[in-house]
Amino acid sequence: MSEFDLIIIGAGPAGMSAAATAANGGLHVLLLDEQQQPGGQIYRNVGQNRASRGWLGAEYASGARLVDALDHPGVTVQSGATVWRLGSGPRVVWSQNGVSHITSAPHVLLAGGAQERPVPFPGWTLPGVMTAGAAQILMKTAGMLPQGAVLAGSGPLLYLVAAQMIDAGCPPKALVETQTPRMMLAALPYLPKAAFAARVLLKGLGLIRKIRKAGVRRYTAASGFEATSDASGVIHFSFRSKGQQQDLTCALLLTHQGVIPSTHISRAAGITHEWNAAQVAFQPVRDVWGATDQPGLHVAGDGAGIGGAEAATASGDLAALDILHASGRISADTRNQRAATARAMLFRSRAIRPFLDAAYRPPAETLSPPDDTIICRCEEVTAGAIRQGMREGPQGHRQIKTSLRVGMGPCQGRMCDATVRGILSAGKASRMGLIAPPRARSPIKPTKLGEMATLTNDQEETA
Amino acid sequence: MKIASRFLTPPETGEVVQFHYEGEAITAPAGLSLAAALLAHSGAFTRQTVNGAPRTAFCMMGVCFDCLVEVDGMPNTQACMIRVRSGMVVKRQMGLRGLSGGNDV
Repeated sequence: MSEFDLIIIGAGPAGMSAAATAANGGLHVLLLDEQQQPGGQIYRNVGQNRASRGWLGAEYASGARLVDALDHPGVTVQSGATVWRLGSGPRVVWSQNGVSHITSAPHVLLAGGAQERPVPFPGWTLPGVMTAGAAQILMKTAGMLPQGAVLAGSGPLLYLVAAQMIDAGCPPKALVETQTPRMMLAALPYLPKAAFAARVLLKGLGLIRKIRKAGVRRYTAASGFEATSDASGVIHFSFRSKGQQQDLTCALLLTHQGVIPSTHISRAAGITHEWNAAQVAFQPVRDVWGATDQPGLHVAGDGAGIGGAEAATASGDLAALDILHASGRISADTRNQRAATARAMLFRSRAIRPFLDAAYRPPAETLSPPDDTIICRCEEVTAGAIRQGMREGPQGHRQIKTSLRVGMGPCQGRMCDATVRGILSAGKASRMGLIAPPRARSPIKPTKLGEMATLTNDQEETA
Repeated sequence: MKIASRFLTPPETGEVVQFHYEGEAITAPAGLSLAAALLAHSGAFTRQTVNGAPRTAFCMMGVCFDCLVEVDGMPNTQACMIRVRSGMVVKRQMGLRGLSGGNDV
């Protein structure tokens, strides 16, 4: 018998908020997180940074209250804990410091969050090319500031990182945006609804104003990204902007095209997934409480569909209330009443999504890049090889994977699944209907055989 | 040719640890991730793919596996997921890990 009523996987805003709500309702919660400190990526290391690094902004600092709420006798936090299997029961197998543990509980909440959408182009594998989110993580965890960096791509995070860099005294050298006027026009119909999230809209406008005021050079309608590097490690970045060829040199090229749900764990757990056409990504199917079609499994936060930190906090709260109800701690009426605040917050924070999804939709060449682009960073498979593979017969994700080893390296497709799908759907495979999400199998993170071998079925831990 | 770090690093005011990277002694603030410490040290590659292509940390959150290095003889270690430890011996991972462990075995 486990001593826990609920296991939460992921200590970002959704997981932290759910842990506090569940523990306040009397549940014993085990919170497992892969990083060294709770916070997720958005509030990464906020517990340690609360009084310093003001340039990360007030919204970042506000995450400290979620971290503080974990200080509750009902919450056990295990950091540096990687979940590598989720079986029925539900039963969670997780690894920490090279030792694996099995813990069961009547309820498991998946709050694994999101990852940045891969932005493949010739040269994206070079040292000196990173994701904008990676640079932000270095700013949050180490106070390291990107020097003379070029930011390229689109999306709210790109503006936020640029603004944080300006406030920290190391403005980006240039902002290269793939966004076109046509995309903005396509987003306009969603603007009235976005007014419900006026605060977020105003914040975005403020970020753009700050970038403009700092005199950061901006290129728009950019396409045809290509990067090379020379012996001194300098990156030469070329692209077209409004029909003009541009060449920039920089020490760091930071790319971003929005984020997509991390679905390895939900797919491996057998939860049904659906295609979100507006967000160009798969997400688990769930009800308003985050309950899935697998018994005992809820999902919340960006891992259930991209909504941002505020929506994640609200959805974590809703999932916890539903789990409290399912555990017999509160009635359905109480659950519904207590959900009102989180519901309102979720509605407000989601109101801006259709606008953002349309305005910052990833361009076609990100989804289906040119032939000479490496798609699978682990196995070094190019887009051209995938197209050649399709011509030779294989159509679906799995056949392509088997014949080319794309997605078979240590990252298990995290860096290429989205692009393989983009190439398949841009090619003839699209005529065959919806391309199913690729299968994900345990272990969902590489695990040492020796570590697995020491596990036995009856080795259920109570700690 | 030594490739300079692509990041400005804050002065080390608190506790520092010393570790070895490719035979060189490096200091880094305690609590820092190994990947961050390596990026602060140099902008050069920290691993090579099977085909010899240079790579280094890319996502910093455990997703991409491009920060794999050999730590104290243990290959395939994600540098972004562990903290620097005093006295740790870190090597670039060149190609796939050997079947019996590190590159030297």
